[in-house]
Amino acid sequence: MSGVLASMIDGLLVGAVYGLAAMGLSLIWGVMDVINLTHGSMIALGMFCMYLLFGVFVTNAYLLLLPVMGAGLLLGIVVYWMSVHRVVGRPMLMSLLSTFAVNMMVIGIGTAIWSTSPYNVNFSLPGITIGAYTFTGNHIAAAIAAVVIALALQLFLYRTRTGKAIRAVADNREAAELMGISSTVVLTIAFGIGIALAGTSGALVSTLFPFTILSGATYQLKSFVVTILAGLGKPFGALVAGVLLGLLEGVVTPFIAVSWIPLIEFGLFVVALVAFPQGIFGRETT
Amino acid sequence: MICRRPFFWIILIIAALFIYAPLHGNNVSLREDLILIAIAIILASNLNLMIGYTGYVNFGHIVFYGLGGYVGLYMATVRGWPLVVAALVAGLAVSLFALLFGLAILRLRGAYFALATIGVLQAVQAFVSNFDLWGRSTGMYLSFDAYQPLGGAMRALWVTYYLIIVVMALSMILSLAIKNSKFGLGLFAIREDEDAAIVLGVNTTVYKAIVYSVSAFLPAVAGTFMFYKNGMIDPSIAFEFMMSLEGIVMLMLGGQGAVMGAALGGGLYEKLRSSLLTSPKLSNFHLVISGGLLLLVVLFAPGGLIGWFYRVVPRARKVIE
Repeated sequence: MSGVLASMIDGLLVGAVYGLAAMGLSLIWGVMDVINLTHGSMIALGMFCMYLLFGVFVTNAYLLLLPVMGAGLLLGIVVYWMSVHRVVGRPMLMSLLSTFAVNMMVIGIGTAIWSTSPYNVNFSLPGITIGAYTFTGNHIAAAIAAVVIALALQLFLYRTRTGKAIRAVADNREAAELMGISSTVVLTIAFGIGIALAGTSGALVSTLFPFTILSGATYQLKSFVVTILAGLGKPFGALVAGVLLGLLEGVVTPFIAVSWIPLIEFGLFVVALVAFPQGIFGRETT
Repeated sequence: MICRRPFFWIILIIAALFIYAPLHGNNVSLREDLILIAIAIILASNLNLMIGYTGYVNFGHIVFYGLGGYVGLYMATVRGWPLVVAALVAGLAVSLFALLFGLAILRLRGAYFALATIGVLQAVQAFVSNFDLWGRSTGMYLSFDAYQPLGGAMRALWVTYYLIIVVMALSMILSLAIKNSKFGLGLFAIREDEDAAIVLGVNTTVYKAIVYSVSAFLPAVAGTFMFYKNGMIDPSIAFEFMMSLEGIVMLMLGGQGAVMGAALGGGLYEKLRSSLLTSPKLSNFHLVISGGLLLLVVLFAPGGLIGWFYRVVPRARKVIE
């Protein structure tokens, strides 16, 4: 029984990272009605960015999150102008396909450079031992980092002018423009932040598990599940839903093979979509 | 009647060329190239029913092909049914599966549906990788004896080739028939404006579920033939996400919504892909190039090649559909 408890706590900690990844997806989706299919590849790039930085500066890996975040922001702006700007407001098919095209290019380049063999970031913090179980320091640190970043985003969205502008554009783009908000700038920033969050969560994952350039896809699916569970445009809800998903994985992993997990997640995804189209936190304006 | 449409005869001519070309001088390497092109055309044409006609993106279209391959191989080898019967049963089984799934996930609109199809693919792959009867993650292998009913392995390769060409022709004819039917008009109405379609009396849920199910049938049949020809199947080959996406690239490249667009895109893309894969310098970059191609088409030429052709020669619309 205590084994299940330990697995649950572990799931909880990893879940915070899922939540962070989903926040990036949720933000972009909510603000510009674009489902960002580059999400998975950006998570993977975050992993490799951490890997490269850690190879150069051998310090506490969690200090390297800041440069990863900065790089993600810049990359996000580039991707926005390359593939999203022309298709915002057009049928969703177009933005799905254009972001997907970028995803293919990133995966293609990544495979050419790193092949699809696994890498890992060789860094570990001392863990905490309770009874027979040890919680690794990395899991705890990653969860704390995820929660801190999520809180920072929440503060940014609700307390700063730019953040309020982002929420205004998400609510009603035309009205926001009439109020003198340049929606192009806001959309660029929001996309950049979304990608930065994806990259950062990838960097966090890279300190927990081995990864390949294709690993992003798994976390992309989890992000979709979490976003749907939380409901659109609720970044903080995404964090909570992410923790719930992690908890669920923690509960089931002692009992069934890991390869069944995609099936469970997908089931959850469809049930959530059909039963709670507004997310489990109900409809609430952001 | 469908045989009054000039394009129907064009399809038959294309199929006849596919059959005749490798026979000339027993050209086996040409046959192998053409079989890949035919599979690409089958996948793109059936995907076109969803994306081009109905406006619903199916990211997991390959699941029908892979699942069809599994059911068909299981019936043909373990149960010992004749190949064609096994393929038809696989097609029906996968269509039924698609119908049941379609009724559940087609309540979702637009992008939500697209995401759910990614989920369907991953869920089915997870299921098959754990399914004992189908050899879990190692898959199924055919022994040499399995080709005896068709008169040995050599002849079996030719027989499966012809069968796949027939499926290819049927895929294009199916697209043409749906395009010129009342059912097709209903689908176009859904694509243009689903709410308006409901008001006009189109039973959108049923229409969408049926087209999802119909688009599953021929890929599943083709999957049986193709995996039988290859002699093996495993979950990572059968449900390759990349192949599903390449189907979308083909369709956008050729031009969604047109029968010829799907076929043209499928043929050209497969040709491009095989030449990229065989060139030593570019083989690593074929994904980059197809991604770039997709991006350019989506941003600057949403109509694809056939859309451009229609603009240049407007009259062609009547003949090349």
